[in-house]
Amino acid sequence: MATFNNTDLAAFKDVWVFCEQRQGKLMPTDFELISEGRKLADELGVKLCGLLLGDNVEGLAKELGGYGADEVIVCESPLLNVYTTDAYAKVICDVIEERKPEAFLIGATNIGRDLGPRCAARLHTGLCADCTHLDVDMDIYKDFLRESSTLAPEKVDGMKTAKVLGEDHDVSRDLKMTRPAFGGHLMATIICPRFRPTMATVRPGVMKKAPFDQAKADACKITKPVVKLTEDDIDTEVVEVVKAAKKLVDLIGADFIVSVGRGISKDVEGGIKLAEELAAELGGVVGGSRATIDSGWLSADHQVGQTGKTVHPKVYVALGISGAIQHKAGMQDSECIIAVNKNETAPIFEIADYGICGDLFKVAPMLTEAIRAAKAAK
Amino acid sequence: MKIIVCVKQVPDTSGKVAVNPDGTLDRASMQTITNPDDLNAVEAALKLKDETGCKVVVVTMGPPPAEGMLREILARGADEAVLVSAREFGGSDTYATSQILASAINRIGLEQDDVVMCGRQAIDGDTAQVGPQIAEKLHLPQVTYAAEIHKAGNAITVKRMLEDGYMTIKVKTPCLLTCIKELNEPRYMSVSGVFEAYSKPMEVFNYETLKDDPLIDPTTIGLKGSPTNILTSFTPPLKGAGVMLEGADKETCDKLAGLLAKKHII
Ligand SMILES: Cc1cc2nc3c(=O)[nH]c(=O)nc-3n(C[C@H](O)[C@H](O)[C@H](O)COP(=O)(O)OP(=O)(O)OC[C@H]3O[C@@H](n4cnc5c(N)ncnc54)[C@H](O)[C@@H]3O)c2cc1C
Ligand SMILES: Cc1cc2nc3c(=O)[nH]c(=O)nc-3n(C[C@H](O)[C@H](O)[C@H](O)COP(=O)(O)OP(=O)(O)OC[C@H]3O[C@@H](n4cnc5c(N)ncnc54)[C@H](O)[C@@H]3O)c2cc1C
Repeated sequence: MATFNNTDLAAFKDVWVFCEQRQGKLMPTDFELISEGRKLADELGVKLCGLLLGDNVEGLAKELGGYGADEVIVCESPLLNVYTTDAYAKVICDVIEERKPEAFLIGATNIGRDLGPRCAARLHTGLCADCTHLDVDMDIYKDFLRESSTLAPEKVDGMKTAKVLGEDHDVSRDLKMTRPAFGGHLMATIICPRFRPTMATVRPGVMKKAPFDQAKADACKITKPVVKLTEDDIDTEVVEVVKAAKKLVDLIGADFIVSVGRGISKDVEGGIKLAEELAAELGGVVGGSRATIDSGWLSADHQVGQTGKTVHPKVYVALGISGAIQHKAGMQDSECIIAVNKNETAPIFEIADYGICGDLFKVAPMLTEAIRAAKAAK
Repeated sequence: MKIIVCVKQVPDTSGKVAVNPDGTLDRASMQTITNPDDLNAVEAALKLKDETGCKVVVVTMGPPPAEGMLREILARGADEAVLVSAREFGGSDTYATSQILASAINRIGLEQDDVVMCGRQAIDGDTAQVGPQIAEKLHLPQVTYAAEIHKAGNAITVKRMLEDGYMTIKVKTPCLLTCIKELNEPRYMSVSGVFEAYSKPMEVFNYETLKDDPLIDPTTIGLKGSPTNILTSFTPPLKGAGVMLEGADKETCDKLAGLLAKKHII
């Protein structure tokens, strides 16, 4: 039988966050994860460390402190300048084995979802994919279940242990990682009770960013371990990195989103124009259902939903979107949802705060005008 | 040269998804389909077969009825199929699944110019972890999110998608690629393909077949070999039904704008 060197749970301490940078810029997810990691580290009573890899990236580290990192571990090498799975996985696994964090969070970006599973498999530990909620404290977790699940209250109240290899295991100190599966039809809370670190990739745009605190940034400690990496460790060659030429829409950061669906099909350009005008009046951006992306009407960065972006703007306007579960998965946590659809039984109305049953080509311009007037009257 | 494609049979989550009162999925009432991304991986393999005449082997781990899915993929043009199926393999998380699939690939045999392909993500478990974890277990370089694949000799050039652009990555065989839907349009079964499918080789790997591989160990496969546990699963509640506004005219819009202004939303 195989034996593993990461089963002595008490030997692992601290919460770590992988802080991804591209072309020398931190990703927005880093700040979300550091803010969330701070909360978890406090619940566990341990330190929060950022882990930053790259070439000449030390200058980025202090900013992470401003969102809650006590320490940033900076691993620098020219071989870490562009992301490769091989180099990043090696350096990360090396520091993890040396310093033994108990939890390790990675943004579920295209890079994080390449790196996370590779590291978890090498470290022989569990990885929860694409989490949308994290807890340690049992009371907070139970409150979350009461609010966000259809579980019977008695079941939630009595929760304390999980069956692990046939025995009752107390889950009070485990990181409880909640994620959607089956296209958002089901939520599951995953734990990793027997091995450390507990690893999770976390969906971008879901965790809330804390306010920046300059004093904490100044106090953040920086450590630079020796990086053992040679060209022979890397089996792939990055020929080029191409940034999309068009400016991508920033759906995740937007407070107002006006999304269009297949309902614009009879006049695609006209429909998009109406959405742009409404978005401009609100001070927001245009998004779309997958149907509009698959049809080539909008580029992929506009897609909201399970396989697109998860957004929670102040206002989400859905124009001609039916409200498939995969679409809802990306927008149902918006603070206020307004839906315009000519079919009164469209599922989008089930989650809309305000529904208007009508033709979007008629309603959208009137709504733009009404909002303009309402703002002017203030 | 051969290409080994990992395919998974999944419940069709795009249609109606039935949930049992206890929060588990009522799988019996759901249609099963081949995982969509895996069909793109199969198509990528068949394209390389068209170009080079290489062999395409499909592998799935799942219950015996998954054989039907494998026959369909043979009918699309794959050459051989392997069904990995055993009680011991049940309950595997992605770590244990990749451990088992890696041992199956060892058994099929991986040679210098071979390629392993997976879909990016299965639509049931939705983790996108199995591909990279198989690569790790087999010590293969990996390229995920492949949107274009070009092979020249033992070098493969892949267009790998990022959220804000793409990377062009060169990798030598043997390697593992995970495929996304932008890669291609999967072909249909041909009539002759359907006839031939039944005479093509289909092997079953059970626990006995794989047990001597060092990757297969009671502590690394199945429920007991899975580092993750599901603590609870539940269905999200429907958001409280909102207000359906009356009419769809100027008055309706003015009323809505008024409500938003009153709540300081605009
Ligand atoms: C694995 C998987 C992942 C997916 N991921 C996503 C995802 O991330 N995001 C996503 O959006 N979808 C996703 N989908 C697709 C999803 O299932 C739906 O097919 C898609 O969301 C439908 O888009 P739609 O609402 O624009 O189109 P439709 O469902 O065709 O709806 C169009 C709506 O417009 C209304 N309409 C038509 N004309 C008008 C008019 N003149 N005025 C007002 N209303 C009008 C109609 O009544 C209808 O309700 C995914 C599917 C799968 C299988
Ligand atoms: C609700 C729920 C949540 C879960 N959450 C987690 C979690 O967070 N972490 C975790 O480790 N496990 C998790 N699991 C277990 C996980 O779903 C299974 O291990 C599953 O067998 C593989 O994962 P996947 O479906 O996500 O596949 P993915 O990793 O998304 O699949 C990627 C590709 O790998 C290949 N592949 C995957 N499975 C097979 C197969 N059986 N045969 C052939 N090829 C295959 C296919 O090419 C596929 O396209 C969860 C299961 C459930 C029911």
